[in-house]
Amino acid sequence: MNTDATQMADERIKSESFATRLMRRPELGAIGGVILVTIFFLITADRTMFTLSGIMNFLTPAAQLGILGIAAAMLMIGGEFDLSIGSMVAFTGLIFGVLAVNMELPLILAIPLTMACAAAMGALNGYIVIRTGLPSFIVTLAFLFILRGATLVGLKLFSGGSTQLRGVRSAVEGDFLTPIFSGDAFGGLFRWLAELGVVEKFGSGMPKVPGIPVEILWFIGFALLATYILLKTPSGNWIFASGGDSNAAENSGVPVKRVKISLFMLTACAAALVAVITVIDAGSTDARRGFMKEFEAIITAVIGGCLLTGGYGSAIGAFFGAIIFGMVTIGLTYTNFDQDWFQVFLGGMLLLAVIFNNVIRKRVTGER
Amino acid sequence: MKHMFKAIATAAGLTLAGQAGAQDIVVVAHGQANDPFWSVVKNGVAKAGEDTGANVEFRSPETFDMVQMSQLIDAAVNQEPDGLVVSIPDADALGPSIQRAVEAGIPVISMNSGSDVAHELGAHLHVGQSEYDAGKAAGQELAEMGGTKAICVNQEVGNVSLDQRCEGFAEGFGNPVDVVPTQNDPTEVQSKVRAALESDPDVDTVLGLGASLVGEPAVAAAEALGRDDLLIASFDLSAGFLEAIADGKAAFAIDQQQFLQGYLPVTFLALNAQYGLMPGGDVPSGPNLITQDKAAQVIELSAQGIR
Repeated sequence: MNTDATQMADERIKSESFATRLMRRPELGAIGGVILVTIFFLITADRTMFTLSGIMNFLTPAAQLGILGIAAAMLMIGGEFDLSIGSMVAFTGLIFGVLAVNMELPLILAIPLTMACAAAMGALNGYIVIRTGLPSFIVTLAFLFILRGATLVGLKLFSGGSTQLRGVRSAVEGDFLTPIFSGDAFGGLFRWLAELGVVEKFGSGMPKVPGIPVEILWFIGFALLATYILLKTPSGNWIFASGGDSNAAENSGVPVKRVKISLFMLTACAAALVAVITVIDAGSTDARRGFMKEFEAIITAVIGGCLLTGGYGSAIGAFFGAIIFGMVTIGLTYTNFDQDWFQVFLGGMLLLAVIFNNVIRKRVTGER
Repeated sequence: MKHMFKAIATAAGLTLAGQAGAQDIVVVAHGQANDPFWSVVKNGVAKAGEDTGANVEFRSPETFDMVQMSQLIDAAVNQEPDGLVVSIPDADALGPSIQRAVEAGIPVISMNSGSDVAHELGAHLHVGQSEYDAGKAAGQELAEMGGTKAICVNQEVGNVSLDQRCEGFAEGFGNPVDVVPTQNDPTEVQSKVRAALESDPDVDTVLGLGASLVGEPAVAAAEALGRDDLLIASFDLSAGFLEAIADGKAAFAIDQQQFLQGYLPVTFLALNAQYGLMPGGDVPSGPNLITQDKAAQVIELSAQGIR
């Protein structure tokens, strides 16, 4: 009797080796995927891909997708989907464009108003899901079309019939918030490094890398914050609990509804952030912005180790998932493969990454 | 390592760069290689590469995505090619990347869309068709043929060049014009055109902005409704639409000869890299109206992906 109890206790408090703990992390597969994809491109791609300018170049789409992907991962851990984020990028891009161009608001008003509008749409998404008990897949699929259509209607209304709203760059020029949401950070540092010869230059003497694109900084910051929230705060536990078994979570006092609605608001705000960044960068917005991004964000989260059933996953995994996606998207242009193969490669590499991820996870955690 | 890989890849039947020392020219276009129109551009690009001995690559974003396209241009600039060909459907979004290429000392030629902004951004010249003028020419022709009320079917909403075609068309046509937006899907286009025709029997003219994506489905919709009085015209060519013109089911096609849009810029840039040659002005590759008498000749070439 006594010995049994001791054995039980031993079993539960047994300390695992560092390697085992590492292997149990959901993001391991994504990190392995990054390594695999890197090796693939080291062999096949032009070597400029892995120069500083090449890395910045593939990190930029990775960052834009990653901001969506991390939010999608958190929502997926919370047990829900959001298929409306791609359309939300277009819709909030329109809202932001109208506020900045047509109403000539400064960014300090235009951005919070855009965010508030996104949060309201996200809350509506979440409220309908909770209230009707319908799968979020269906509800947000409806919003995918509603928002896409509303964007087209709104664009034509505010641009006088065109499907594109221009003039954002000149509208926000000189605004003190512009450098936080667009362009490259640390420009002076990079010019200095180019003078020193640390950063490569073009034949014309212009530095190849003018700075770090700000979306990359947003991306890293968001990944760190999301990881902190998921792993170190009570809200993080609530998210895992809501996605794992919402009934049990509800019974043990987790405010499941509030958690889920907040997560829908988060994905919508992440879409709005991407919209603000890309609209300022591009100087215009059109009816096609964010097209297909909802699926790419979900793929990112899944490569990052999220389970489609919820309750398991990580933000840092989605971070690496987005990097894989960015590397494949841009990397193939550095290889000599005919562009017609592009989607075949993209799909193939994503499938490989996910399978690799799953194999590793099953091996270490047992069937889940 | 690289040689070994090349051998493997060649064995796998993939297209690889040719001999070292040839010019490297990159084409970044907004249209996808699976779009029948753009596959002709791509064929022109490939033929020019073959004829000049240059290494050419054709790249495009997965969807009509201006943000991704600007990233593809950046990636191309990083490789410092001897020449860069771009299409410019959205000057605001692509301008900075194109200017970066120009500042880096890479000669740029624009093609297909962007005639209005190409020089401002530092491109040497533009090979393409003025969309507004081409739309206007089509509108005048259709009004002359007796059209009184028209729909303009746009299959790529968000592309400014296509908006310009509809605007030019409305101007040239002089009668009421409704714009019908659709997805990039012939089946959907057919049902939308059908619905538009059924809901307003006064519509007697249909202008499509792409032959295989809109022109052919519009002909099918007219047939399904039994409307043989309809005037159907479309931008660009496809074998099916040309047959419809030859059979008298459609009025005409507006050919912008996009094979030239792929072929000429690559050739110009290859000659530029070799001998420093560059034409002194823009090259209008269209419009060229293909009516019933001319249609038959071009059908075969269209099927081969040249017209």
